[in-house]
Amino acid sequence: MTTIETPLLIPNRSARAAGVTAFRALLARDLHVLVRNLREFLPRTLLQPLLLVFVFAYVFPKIGQGIGGSGAAASAFSTMLVAGVVGLAVLFQGIQSVALPLVTEFGVTREIEDRVLAPLPVDFVAIEKITSGALQSLFSAVIVFPIAYFVPATPVHLNVHWLILLTLTPLACLMCGALGLMFGTVFNPRTLPMLFGVVVLPITFLGCIYYPWAALAPIKWLQIAVLANPLVYVTEGFRAALTNAPTMSLWAIYPMLIALTALFTFIGLRNFRKRVIA
Amino acid sequence: MTTSTNPDEVIVTENLTKVYPGDILAVDGLDLSVHRGEIFGLLGPNGAGKSTTAGMLTTRVLPTSGRAIVGGVDVVAHPAQAKRLIGVVPQSNTLDRALTVYENLYFHGRFFGMSAKQSKAESLRLLEQFRLSERASAPVLALSGGMAQRLMVARAVMHRPSILFLDEPTAGLDPQSRIALWEILSELHDEGQTILLTTHYMEEADQLCHRLAIIDHGRMLALDTPERLKASVGADTIVTISTDTPDREAFATRLRSSIPGATGAVPIETGVRLEVQGSHGVLPAVVAVADEAGVAISDLRLDEPSLETVFINLTGKDLRE
Repeated sequence: MTTIETPLLIPNRSARAAGVTAFRALLARDLHVLVRNLREFLPRTLLQPLLLVFVFAYVFPKIGQGIGGSGAAASAFSTMLVAGVVGLAVLFQGIQSVALPLVTEFGVTREIEDRVLAPLPVDFVAIEKITSGALQSLFSAVIVFPIAYFVPATPVHLNVHWLILLTLTPLACLMCGALGLMFGTVFNPRTLPMLFGVVVLPITFLGCIYYPWAALAPIKWLQIAVLANPLVYVTEGFRAALTNAPTMSLWAIYPMLIALTALFTFIGLRNFRKRVIA
Repeated sequence: MTTSTNPDEVIVTENLTKVYPGDILAVDGLDLSVHRGEIFGLLGPNGAGKSTTAGMLTTRVLPTSGRAIVGGVDVVAHPAQAKRLIGVVPQSNTLDRALTVYENLYFHGRFFGMSAKQSKAESLRLLEQFRLSERASAPVLALSGGMAQRLMVARAVMHRPSILFLDEPTAGLDPQSRIALWEILSELHDEGQTILLTTHYMEEADQLCHRLAIIDHGRMLALDTPERLKASVGADTIVTISTDTPDREAFATRLRSSIPGATGAVPIETGVRLEVQGSHGVLPAVVAVADEAGVAISDLRLDEPSLETVFINLTGKDLRE
């Protein structure tokens, strides 16, 4: 066995160490771009939740069309909405920060061809995308939370369950990053409008943002059908972490989030490999 | 981890083969050996299998069979390790659109393990060397085609790869940028950089490459220096005769048997191409033969044999077809 020749400028280290360094540098690049584009990131992240909370929890109660009635009921609705809004922000960020750039890099600019030449296994180039997406999802959850808390006209009463919040948040963010990877490798520039019009729309409308899952009981078939919606476990999870309201069992939320993360990562990696290696 | 090879061989392939789905044989049993410090060219028409070969050597295409060793590393068994030893300039612009010119280099250095300080210093040095300093903070979308290409070469050599791959590096460049790029590649070669490039421009292959593999339908047809390839034609003059005579086949046969020193004559689309050893007095002789045969000549041209001639002799067709 001969030793590998050492290029002059890069340290001679194991493939594993070189891979870890490359992974970190790829993350650093993504965060650098995020900070550089903060002026675009903030409105794109904040506007949707702001409008949602403003209309449903400020305008409606003020004009007497409060959902759930008035007074305590309206307040309960505002409280319930917090988890939905934060969950929605996390999901959207996963798609916007992973799926959209990937579709462009695969289909238009071919930039991905250079990224996969970074000195780490191709799978980890894709896993970096998930990680980066998860971090951006986390960031958007943090900045969206105050909107959901302060904008409503009726007081929001939160009961934070820290253990749930601190374990569920990273898991939800990872799941959304993995979902972004899967969507990014499935859609192409031509089919991209389908992603929003046909996939994201039902996910958000039927993602238990505006109502808790338990409240769907009168429409049994819908209550069962929405179990296929990954957003349901995110919003119900946040609801369990932030309120005392009855939610879906944590014994369902955690395993489902883990299983969906694994499934989306598996499909995403498989597609990613197929698209970058002929 | 690594495979013992002759340290002077930067690339070795053994029976390298790629069959794409649908039984499309793109590369067929290629045996290559690229030596340290040389500029090696893969010359062939579009679809000959050049890019697929470059793709296999740079971990982006998985070989169906055979082996490829780059810098002592088996690219199929250890792609991540191989990627540290190669620099790649692909056919399309793959610069990072979200970053500036400088940042494209800076982050590339970081991907390859340079410290922040080292990567910064090296980026600035490369911007200077590739005459891009003035555009350092410009978005890459603002670069002209030639500048974008220079930046991609700078990025590809930044981590001091054992071998630099360029896939059709001057396709789509204006003549000035093409010459500028040739100069850059010559400078890199002077610094000791081993280079493999694919091209279908015979001038490029002739000007730049020390050794050339001529490839068609995924097979290597010839491998030598441009000079020796051209000498292999066995003639020192190529006479291109333009005529619209219907029976070019017969005219070619007649020329071959009547012209002194003729080594070959083939009908081509616009007339006949005649190869002659010793060109003295060939033009009057051609005109005389044409007169005898009752063939009207509209144009006559004398050239030295080119790689084009070599390619035509090997395949019976034009490189541009």
